[in-house]
Amino acid sequence: MAEDIPVDVSGLNHWFGRGEARKQALFNVNLKVAQGSLTVLVGPSGSGKTTLLTLAGCLRDVQEGSIRLLGQELKGAQSDLQKTLRRRLGFIFQAHNLHGSLTALQNVLMGLQVHGRADPELQAKAARHTLTLLGLGDRIHYLPDNLSGGQKQRVAVARALVGNPDVVFADEPTAALDRESGATVVQMLKRLGQVRGTTTVMVTHDNRILELADRIVTLEDGRIVNDTAP
Amino acid sequence: MSQLLQALFGRLPIGWLQLTHNRTRFAAALAGVAFANVLVFVQLGIMNSMATATLKPYSFFQADIMISAPDANSMTEGSNVARQWMYQAMADRDVVAGTGLFVASVSWQRADKALGLTTYGVDPTQPVFLSPEMAKPASTLQLPNSGILDRFTRGLPRDETAAIRPQSPLSFEANGITLTLYDTFAGGGGFGGDGFMMVSDQTFLLQFPARSSGAPDHILLQLAPGADPDVVAARLRDVVSDKSLRIRSYAKAADEDLRYQQTKRPTGIIFGFGVIIGVLVGIVIVYQVLSTDVADHLSEYATFKAMGYGQGFFLSIVFEEALVLGVLGFLPGFAVANLLLLAMASATTLPLAMTAGMAVTVFIGTVVACSLSGAIATRRLVAADPADLF
Ligand SMILES: Nc1ncnc2c1ncn2[C@@H]1O[C@H](COP(=O)(O)OP(=O)(O)OP(=O)(O)O)[C@@H](O)[C@H]1O
Ligand SMILES: [Mg+2]
Repeated sequence: MAEDIPVDVSGLNHWFGRGEARKQALFNVNLKVAQGSLTVLVGPSGSGKTTLLTLAGCLRDVQEGSIRLLGQELKGAQSDLQKTLRRRLGFIFQAHNLHGSLTALQNVLMGLQVHGRADPELQAKAARHTLTLLGLGDRIHYLPDNLSGGQKQRVAVARALVGNPDVVFADEPTAALDRESGATVVQMLKRLGQVRGTTTVMVTHDNRILELADRIVTLEDGRIVNDTAP
Repeated sequence: MSQLLQALFGRLPIGWLQLTHNRTRFAAALAGVAFANVLVFVQLGIMNSMATATLKPYSFFQADIMISAPDANSMTEGSNVARQWMYQAMADRDVVAGTGLFVASVSWQRADKALGLTTYGVDPTQPVFLSPEMAKPASTLQLPNSGILDRFTRGLPRDETAAIRPQSPLSFEANGITLTLYDTFAGGGGFGGDGFMMVSDQTFLLQFPARSSGAPDHILLQLAPGADPDVVAARLRDVVSDKSLRIRSYAKAADEDLRYQQTKRPTGIIFGFGVIIGVLVGIVIVYQVLSTDVADHLSEYATFKAMGYGQGFFLSIVFEEALVLGVLGFLPGFAVANLLLLAMASATTLPLAMTAGMAVTVFIGTVVACSLSGAIATRRLVAADPADLF
């Protein structure tokens, strides 16, 4: 039943800095995200969207309140649990963060190899398939330096999705993408939600995505001020 | 290489790909490791040759126990030993024979230069104290003022030494007396002199009138078959009146001599230091390369952390890099060191050579040192925080 709500945030407060410089970034945030849904976070700059995303994505330690991710409490979670949970997530960052020494295919393979040893042939096949879905079938052996910004971002998307994650966290993933490939990515996420029950939490200002969202959560000054299903 | 590492680590050879991505840095790193290897090889080669040279004269003789003066740290150093202690020792039931060994340097003034010959005076009537290879040429030593010469003496043309035979001897003057060389033996240049010469004790005393037959430099003893030299030596230390004497088995005497050369003599210490410095240079270079590499890839590593990769994964990348640097740096280092040792050996006639033992030791040492630097370099990984990525 916990799996029906893969992300369950309650009473979450978060601060940055110490002493005089200590500043609260999130105030009593409560949010239940349904499995298979596409939830979009919006809000002005500095409203705490990224902070919430990194906390829910197990990349930052919870200070006060509770986050249950895939049924596991993140507050006080040991690094082993964090590692295990992170393997079930897919991250799409604003910056592509590809490894410059690895080809597109190798970068995507990194998303599979985290799960341990497996048949390299099968892994390569899966990676190639994902890249092809994202329109990069003819670029699989390119190094990131030889790819355009949008192509790099699509490789990063392939890396996040190739391992069939349970939850995808994305922070402005379409900022670097042109209209068409941005739509491809969001449609892919949407379809994964319907077919595989993949849950997506995404920060974006892209109006075309807002139309596809199951739910739009608006943050302002660290508080949820609006929560609608369009 | 890429495939080999992939099989070895069971994942993409990220370390290899990372290292080879920046060719210039990779080449510089390999050159650094190779340089450190050459440094260590040359120092080890010299140390080895010092050991060979130090132990060489011990191979000329056969004995079970050696008695030397307290200040005689090596074959050629220190005061004399009174022959009376030999007779005292020979009263022991296990001591079957004893002889005095004289040693001094004889200078052979040649047209172009003077050769220093480390010269041993032995009793030619007791060939049992000579090694089998030495016993045959030494049979000529009973002739007055005769000698046999190290055919590998530095500074002597090989054809000249090869011509020395009983039927075609070679004479030269030393200390105002004509010495005649009737035969040769295989010695080999050391650090103490240009070569060796063997004469009878009588000839030796004629060369050095100040020395007395009653006080040789060392006393050699042979024991009854089956007697333990260490046990008998301990017994003799009780029996012989002069408690300051060094009475120890012949093998132990050689060991002590070697340890003295390597740890007490400035040359030995310097070469020992050379090895340490070579190792340190290697560690610093590899550390520098690996820690820069880690620092350059912090955001990539943070991404991998966010994807669920653990500390072990990052350690294995750095270890992979260390292994690559160690193995690929060793090969050119080994090749260059071989050439260098050959060149040095032919220039000095010192027994400088690459040995399998050296190669294995340095190879293992290189990989260990590289891994060590790699392990230190991973401390920088802590800075890779996945929360900073968004
Ligand atoms: N590492 C940090 N150290 C200190 N303060 C931080 C840190 N990260 C964020 N903050 C602060 O927390 C608040 C929320 O920041 P956050 O990055 O979550 O906003 P955001 O909604 O993602 O903004 P944007 O749309 O510009 O990305 C801001 O006031 C910001 O200054
Ligand atoms: Mg943000």
